[in-house]
Amino acid sequence: MSARFQAGERVRIDTRAEPRHHRVPSFVKGHAGIVERVCGANPLPEQVAYADPDGETRTVYRVRLNQRDLWPDYGGAANDTLEIEIFEHWLKEA
Amino acid sequence: MAHDHSHDNPHGPHPYQPDHEPPSEVALRGLALNELLIEKGIYSADDMRRKIEQIEQVTPETHGARVVARAWVDPAFKARLMDNASGAVKDLGLDPGYAELTVLENTPGLHNVVVCTLCSCYPRWLLGRPPAWYKSFEYRARVVREPRAVLAEFGLDIAADVEVRVHDSTAELRYLVLPMRPEGTDGWSEDRLAAIVTRDCMIGTAVPQV
Repeated sequence: MSARFQAGERVRIDTRAEPRHHRVPSFVKGHAGIVERVCGANPLPEQVAYADPDGETRTVYRVRLNQRDLWPDYGGAANDTLEIEIFEHWLKEA
Repeated sequence: MAHDHSHDNPHGPHPYQPDHEPPSEVALRGLALNELLIEKGIYSADDMRRKIEQIEQVTPETHGARVVARAWVDPAFKARLMDNASGAVKDLGLDPGYAELTVLENTPGLHNVVVCTLCSCYPRWLLGRPPAWYKSFEYRARVVREPRAVLAEFGLDIAADVEVRVHDSTAELRYLVLPMRPEGTDGWSEDRLAAIVTRDCMIGTAVPQV
């Protein structure tokens, strides 16, 4: 499966609401970061959680976010970061 | 057998201790499901017991710490571990589990700490079952929000010029922190090194102490 984004690319995590199981915590939705690495393709949580026999797979990315962007009142150091795995269909170019 | 107290009153004469609370609805559903699966022959009670024993055999001391100690003494192994952690762990004769394993190396300028904000994802094949605090709402909510304060509560003060990187293990990967080898351990055997690598060192809420 070809990956849409590459390591080092700036991406934004979508803000859409998803009532199904989807593994994107709300605190990162809408935030932009850098693709730290491209991981393998994995079963879509939105399908696999419901044992969908036609479940697809999507590429997973590790996205690095700056803590000061996530939390405006972040009390730690300016270069503190958070990395999180995000499926491709939750990312867009930033 | 000494049997000089009445069983009619469960609260006396011993002080009452709630050691047999009724199970929650969710727990009851789990028990019922397990009994049904056994009844239908999907697996046996013996399979279940064996699986539990298998899970309990994995401990941070016998599994994860061995990986760290080997990485400290063997640069070629460490290089492979950073490149393909699951493969390297297999080379040691350990089961890396079904999920892709990624090793996070602490350096003088970077401290890594792992959480799963959505549930309790954890490298169980290397560290066994997660501690209760790892699954607690408080740890999951706070370590992403104020990691330095949480680490300080664990007794770990990270200097301001060291980057703290929180890894939210929310999807398909599992993470093991590779702590820095402490000074004063030159010439130590792998076993001796492994003994200072505690579970929390591999989650990132502690560093090895000599």
